[in-house]
Order: sequence, then C-alpha cells, then structure tokens
Amino acid sequence: MSLNAETKARSTQGQTSFFKSMWAIVWKDVSAEWRSRELFSAMLVFALLVIMIFNFALELNIRERNEITAGVLWVTFAFAGTLGLNRSMAVEKDRGCLDGLLLAPVDRSAIYFGKVLGNLIFMLVVEAIVLPIYSILYNTNLFQGGLILVILLGSIGYAVVGTLLSSMAVQARTRDVLLPILLFPVILPVLIAAVRASSYYLQGQPMDLIQPSLNLLMAYDVIFSAVAYALFDYVVEE
Amino acid sequence: MEEKPKLLSFFDIASILLLIAASYLTLVFAPQEAVMGQVQRVFYFHVSAGWVGMIGFFVAVVSGIFYLAKGEHKWDVAGLAGIELGLVFFFINIVTGSIWARPIWNTWWTWDPRLVTATIVELVYIAYLMLRQGIEDPDRRARFGAIYAIVGFVSVPMTFLSIRIWRTIHPVVIGSSDPGAEGAFEMTADMKTAFFFSLFTFTVIGITLVWHRIRLGNLADKVEALKLKLM
Repeated sequence: MSLNAETKARSTQGQTSFFKSMWAIVWKDVSAEWRSRELFSAMLVFALLVIMIFNFALELNIRERNEITAGVLWVTFAFAGTLGLNRSMAVEKDRGCLDGLLLAPVDRSAIYFGKVLGNLIFMLVVEAIVLPIYSILYNTNLFQGGLILVILLGSIGYAVVGTLLSSMAVQARTRDVLLPILLFPVILPVLIAAVRASSYYLQGQPMDLIQPSLNLLMAYDVIFSAVAYALFDYVVEE
Repeated sequence: MEEKPKLLSFFDIASILLLIAASYLTLVFAPQEAVMGQVQRVFYFHVSAGWVGMIGFFVAVVSGIFYLAKGEHKWDVAGLAGIELGLVFFFINIVTGSIWARPIWNTWWTWDPRLVTATIVELVYIAYLMLRQGIEDPDRRARFGAIYAIVGFVSVPMTFLSIRIWRTIHPVVIGSSDPGAEGAFEMTADMKTAFFFSLFTFTVIGITLVWHRIRLGNLADKVEALKLKLM
C-alpha cells in the first residue's frame, strides 16, 4: 500500500471511530432515557405548565394569539430546555460517568457532539409533542414547513451552546441556578431571530422579511458549533 | 508585597490631572450645541466610557485566548481585571446615555440595538463573575472564565445584528450618520478637541485602573496561597 493510501485509510478509520463513539453516546443517552423517562417527562410536563401559565397571564384570546404564539412557544422551549440540559449533565457528573467517558480512548469532541445530539433529540421530541397540543388547545395550525425549519435551527443553536455551558455549570457549586444565567444572555440572538422568523411565518409574511432571521440562525449554529468544538477540550481537561 | 512601580504613580497623578482638564474642556471650553443645549455635553464622557469598556472586554477575551493556549496564571488575572473595568465603564456609559436620552428621546430607555446590546454585555459579564464565584479550584475557575469570556464575546455582536434587523434611532456621530437617528449633530473643531481629549483621558484612566486591578489580583492570589498553607 502506498503511503498516501495508507494515510487515507487511517483517516477514514478515524472518521468511522469518531462517528461510532459519537453514536454510542447518543445511544447511551437515549436508551437510558427510554428506560427511566425522567428527563423527558419533566421537560414535557414543565412545558405544558408554562403554556398554561401563559394562557392566564396573557389572556391568549383569538386576536392577540396570532401575534404572540411565537413568543410563547420559544419561551416555553427555552425554559424546558434548561431543565433538560441541567439534568443530562448532572447525571453524568453525579455518578462519575463523565470521568469514565473521559477515560475512554475516544476523541473528546465526539463526546461533546454526542451529548449535543442527545440533548437536541430530547428537545425535538418535547417540541414535537408541544406543537400539536398547542395547535389543538388554541386552534391554530402550527404544522408549517417554515416554522418547523425555524424550530430545528433554533434548537440546534440552543443545544450546541447549552451543552457547552451546562458542562461547565455542573462543575460549579451553584450549578442549578447558574445554567440559565450563563445561557440566556449568550443565547439571546437565537431567541430573537427564532421568535421573529416564527412569528413572520405564522402571519404569512413574504420570504424576504424572514430570510435575514433565518440567515442569522444558520450563522449562529455554524459559528457556535466551531467555537464549542474548539473550547470543549478545555472544559473537561483536568 | 512588591513595591509600587514609579510609572504607576505617574499614571495615578496623570489620570487625576487629565480628568480635571477634560472636565474643563467638555463643560466650559466646548461650545454649546445649538439644538440639544447643555445636555449634549454628556456625549464626551458617554462615548469615552463606552470606548474604555470595550477595551476592557477586548483585553479580557485576548487574555482568555492566551490563558487557554499557554496556561499561564497571569492571563487569568489580566482577564478578570479587564472584565471588571469593562463592567464599570459600560455602566457609566449606559447611565450617561440615559441622562442624555431623557430630554432628547423623551424617555430614559428604549429597546434600541445599541442599548440592548450594552445591557446584554453587562449581563454576560455579570454571569461571568457569578460563574467564577461558584468554582473553588483556581485552575478550573480560570479555564471556565476564559471559555465564557470567549463565548460571550462571540455572541454579543450577533445580539447586536439580530436587533439591528429592525431600525435604530441611536445617533452615529463618528462616521456616517443615519438619517433616521434622533439627536445626531456635527462636531465643530472645538468639540472635536474636547472629544478626543476626553477619549485620551479615559484611556489613561482605564490603563491605570487595570494596572491597579492586576496588582490587586496578584495580591489576592498570594493571600489565597497563604490561606491554603495554613489549613
């Protein structure tokens, strides 16, 4: 085998082991969750309660509803999301699982992206249940392609930054309180852009009004994936 | 404790003298603005404080990168100093801005991109201080601080952009002016003198304060080390 082919073979092997280990972490999170359903049920019930509270706090009557649905949804997702992020990292930390993961001979970034994907899946599942319930309760159709795209992009950004920050927050003394305080100021661009884009989609506005917010969401996702990829090593380095 | 450097004492005195001179220039020497009147004089210190605040945060992010790359403790001390300086001066910036906005915009506060961004910057770096407070291990505290300083620094411009998609009413005095801005004006030569002098003054004050803060940080480290020795 020529040298070139050998390095190529090695790099493909490296890639497969990266995706394999990432997938193993996602699978571990999902199957543990499937058995206990602790995190998922907490997030879901919490999300529904937040919507209930909004209903009475804002008097979601038919005229105002269309304008604030996007805001209500995103606040709900953001709050439920912190619950999930906190829990998913606390589980790793409490029983020393994180140390075990770090001892494993895999790329650290595979661990990070595995956790991101796991958190993203939980968020998306909760959102996939909240959307139809909201649609039924308030008689608005939320199943529109554009809105779902916005929710996907927003959740990616949320999970990418949230996983990085929650892995720091769990190592602090005040961890449960700390995560939202660390997360919300840096996640604000995602929330602003996502609320704007969602609300434009729901009001049926033209695409050139929505496009800037979508671009911003995509830029945020890409930039913060790169930043978190570069920084995660330093979070877990001991 | 190491002796106070001569240069730092010089900076101390220079800061005080410059501040007195800058107060004279902005409050007396600079001509009164025709439309806004006396309240326009807030502008000189408002912009200068914002400028120093930004330098502080920039120092913090650069120190953060150096800390992660080299692992030298002095970068952590410098980063914390930069952030504390930035927090104070950005607060001065926001408060002076509010004082100006009350007569000119007829409100203390409006949800304009620059105002929101300045506030978010304050919140990000207050969160930074809270993160540091929650961690006992000094190495980990320094590492997490550096990471969060970098994440915050990347996120803030995007916050600005995300609100900028709406229109802004904040005037831009230096460079091109937005016709939609409320309270924009052209600077005369004397105003420019006062402006650049106060910019320079605040920069010197900023350097002096950061230097003091770094010395204080080193001292705090020594105290912490001594405490650990006793236990």
